[in-house]
Amino acid sequence: MDEYEQFKTTYFAECAELLGDVEVQLSALSTGSEDPEVLHAIFRAVHSIKAGAGAFKYTQLAAFSHEFEALLDRMRDGRIPVTETGVSLLFRASDILSAMVESAESKTELTGNFGSQILDEISIMVNGKSSAPAASKETVNVATEDTSESEAVTVYLIDFAPKAELFKHANEPLLIVRELKTLGELSATPILNQLPPLGKMDGEEAYIAWQFKLTSKARLDEVEEVFEFVTEDCSLEITSEANLDATEMEEDIPVSEIGNPASPANTPPAAKGPVTAAKVTSIRVDLDRIDRLVNMVGELVITQSMLSQQTSDLPAEQFPSMVRGLEELALHTRELQESVMAIRMQPVKSVFSRMPRLVRELSAKLDKKVNLVTIGENTEVDKTVIEEISDPITHMIRNSLDHGLEGTEERLKLGKPEAGNVTISAEHRGGRIVITISDDGRGINRKAVLMRARERGLISETHTPSDDEIDNMIFAPGFSTAEKVTDVSGRGVGMDVVRRNIQALGGRVSIQSNPGKGSRFTMTLPLTLAVMDGMIVQAAGDKYVIPIPNIVESLRPPKSSLKQLPTGQSLVSIRGSYIPLCFLHRIFHLGGAITDPAEALVVLVESEEFGTTGIVVDELIGQQQVVIKSLESNYKSVAGISAATILGNGKVAPILDIEAIYRISQQDLRNSPLPTASDGLSGVLQDSLARTNPQLATPSIG
Amino acid sequence: MGKKVLAVDDSKTMRDMVSFTLKGAGYEVLEAADGLLALDALGNQSVDLVITDINMPNMDGIGLVKALRQNPAYSSTPILVLTTESDDSKKNEGREAGATGWIVKPFEPEKLLKVVQKVCG
Amino acid sequence: MVAVEIDTASNASTKTGILTPDEMAEENAPRLMGTQQFVTFAIGAEEYAVDIMQVREIQAWTEVTILPNQPHYMRGVLNLRGIIVPIFDLRCRFDQGETEATSIHVVVIIAVGDRIIGILVDRVSDILTIDGSEIRAVPDLDDSGESDHIIGLVTAGERMVALLDTGSLFRHEIMETELDDADDAAALQA
Repeated sequence: MDEYEQFKTTYFAECAELLGDVEVQLSALSTGSEDPEVLHAIFRAVHSIKAGAGAFKYTQLAAFSHEFEALLDRMRDGRIPVTETGVSLLFRASDILSAMVESAESKTELTGNFGSQILDEISIMVNGKSSAPAASKETVNVATEDTSESEAVTVYLIDFAPKAELFKHANEPLLIVRELKTLGELSATPILNQLPPLGKMDGEEAYIAWQFKLTSKARLDEVEEVFEFVTEDCSLEITSEANLDATEMEEDIPVSEIGNPASPANTPPAAKGPVTAAKVTSIRVDLDRIDRLVNMVGELVITQSMLSQQTSDLPAEQFPSMVRGLEELALHTRELQESVMAIRMQPVKSVFSRMPRLVRELSAKLDKKVNLVTIGENTEVDKTVIEEISDPITHMIRNSLDHGLEGTEERLKLGKPEAGNVTISAEHRGGRIVITISDDGRGINRKAVLMRARERGLISETHTPSDDEIDNMIFAPGFSTAEKVTDVSGRGVGMDVVRRNIQALGGRVSIQSNPGKGSRFTMTLPLTLAVMDGMIVQAAGDKYVIPIPNIVESLRPPKSSLKQLPTGQSLVSIRGSYIPLCFLHRIFHLGGAITDPAEALVVLVESEEFGTTGIVVDELIGQQQVVIKSLESNYKSVAGISAATILGNGKVAPILDIEAIYRISQQDLRNSPLPTASDGLSGVLQDSLARTNPQLATPSIG
Repeated sequence: MGKKVLAVDDSKTMRDMVSFTLKGAGYEVLEAADGLLALDALGNQSVDLVITDINMPNMDGIGLVKALRQNPAYSSTPILVLTTESDDSKKNEGREAGATGWIVKPFEPEKLLKVVQKVCG
Repeated sequence: MVAVEIDTASNASTKTGILTPDEMAEENAPRLMGTQQFVTFAIGAEEYAVDIMQVREIQAWTEVTILPNQPHYMRGVLNLRGIIVPIFDLRCRFDQGETEATSIHVVVIIAVGDRIIGILVDRVSDILTIDGSEIRAVPDLDDSGESDHIIGLVTAGERMVALLDTGSLFRHEIMETELDDADDAAALQA
């Protein structure tokens, strides 16, 4: 089996995945899931581990997984109820399993009785009594033929009459004859007396029988083995004329080839040297505990930033050790936070693995053939992100299958392969995760998109958008790409909602399309939703946080660069383009803020949704990493606020949802248009504005 | 031209090993990770043998055997089920569904080849 | 910041001040059938009470962070050991004007369902142990609607204490209503 050594790598990688699955499913079980699929999935995972263990002759692992599997089998069919004790046993058994896999992989020895206590408990649950020694019987029993051949030659007379069922199972008498021939000298006599007249023959029936005479050194069981698959589908009689080795015909006890004849569980605990704790390189930790740890580290970060803030003007020469200590504290805190965050990192596989099923179901429904390829499924992100990416990915895949890929006929006509290709990939890039979903379908119909965008007033008549702008119109609010409503993409949720949900997570999404060749969605997200880099700003004495990834720059605009549209929209001219301004104090109805943008500060932020906009605040306080806290766990959602954080002084500061802020400011303008002060704004300005902010070109202007 | 075998197993290790063994013996091997994918992979092309694991997500081996037997195109294609079950219940379940034979895991290359030869020559 | 934790349970795990349902159930057990304990607090001369099982802790008033467009009777949000908790002015909720909060004013942190909220009151009085039979129904005299938020009345000596229905009192703030429909509508028009 040495050439099979190469598969061990695959096997252990697979084990790692399977054990991961087991863990996921077990936690579902422990939180009260009654989905029968959960136990089936655990069973399958353990089963696969066992199969490989058998193949690679990891006896201890095979033996243990066999017992574990037996327990799961009984639980999944309800013979053993799934109780809290049972689930706890499953958890511990899976720990043992992990440790055994680990030891097999690292070629380290576990003690012979490792896990025997759990085996005992399993046995009590399965058999109602403790019978650990019997545990590994099955695995030792793996059948490998006795190679010691009997030298005696036997003449066997075999009467073989196939039944119809034999053919229904796709067995073939001729192959059986051929196999018998390999055992020795064979003569065959067909018996045709059962053969009906031709007209009455049923193709499905079996009428021919044989009598064979086999002269062979093979033992009876070897001869019988030839008929192994058909014993119940035929009448069979084997008699040996010269029973020279009658004893051989007794049931043979298969001799195990598997290394150690004493199975691990059979070995008395003391017999294998000192009982040392097994080398376990991973431990299972309750998710709640990790979350608590993450929260506490978050608190620590806040406390640390509070300390640095309050001691920032400490003269270093007077308190050298204090200042150095604080610097080290900052460093260690950051490192600690990173390490803790790393604990919660999970591969995106758990989400990707759900997609083949989706694709299969959709392709059946749409009657399109689809090949799904996933790349980079081991890319890790924080679990908070994992929980959130499933919906957008699902949606984009639906979109690709429904709108992107052509039907089979159309594809063939176009000279494309019959089956469409959809690829999901994930990778890390610049501290973020990039997920792409691409297809080789028809791409975006720009003509249709542009027409619709114009129809809906999403884009002004005078403006000629670039291809890229047109493609990304599918994310515009209220834009539905579906020519007709299908039960796949449905009505309701459009790509605009997908984009908004992604943006709410601090992510971005865009589409690149190549007409006739396909399209690709690109979604980037932060690696975690637990912390973020934020710019702290102040307006009317209150502090707010603007996500750094959205910020382009901040400036104090000269008066001359400020303009106002008849709609009341204020604009700032920056390097030749007009950028709309949102006044935070107006949006949030704050009194006492600086109202003149020339006196205040403009933070330019950008988003796929609206392009670039300037948020007017009183001043910038500083940049820091902030811990993201949900407002909604104890309160309702607040328009314009995505979440909150806790600042160094222990106070809560809202984190701005810049897309929502932009929407509110636009809505406010429409609801209470300022008296038209200046009509002096030229068409050129309008056009320039439309170019920077296609969606700003509201029909209310014309 | 070697005979064509479809190997169905949710465990990549097993698929790889079965495939490696069979290819080494001159068979052409198609692979699929579960019953539904197997049906997808088959399309309507004919194969000389299907080897399938029993425990798989989405559509298990028994389901696959039944589905294949219902299709006239595969009613006489030999199907082997891979089983580790010591008891005969799985073998019988497979047989009742229409399987031709079974291979008892753990995986043994020689044994696999022997059984494959037995049912498809 | 002065934080007074009511020692409803000397259970080590309640150090965070937040009780798990299990812990709450445990505490329920030893209580006598029919009797209940209430934490009473006052706004001016009026006394109110909430079930002691709801109370997580009691804090002196500190400045809170104002949220945009919060209801007039909400003061803002507070950082309670990493959890963000909305604080409501009970006086204002009962339309008796805004409390001029100082450090001697008190915030009672309570659990309403799975939400944690704080209510700003003038002072906390004491803990009342009363029998269920002592709770009187609220006379349906006025139609101010205020009595909707009162479960019942209890007489303690000379005082009359109103038992608050905290769930209904801040229903709009702690129940997520029809998402942000208005928002969606706005987006569609954009």
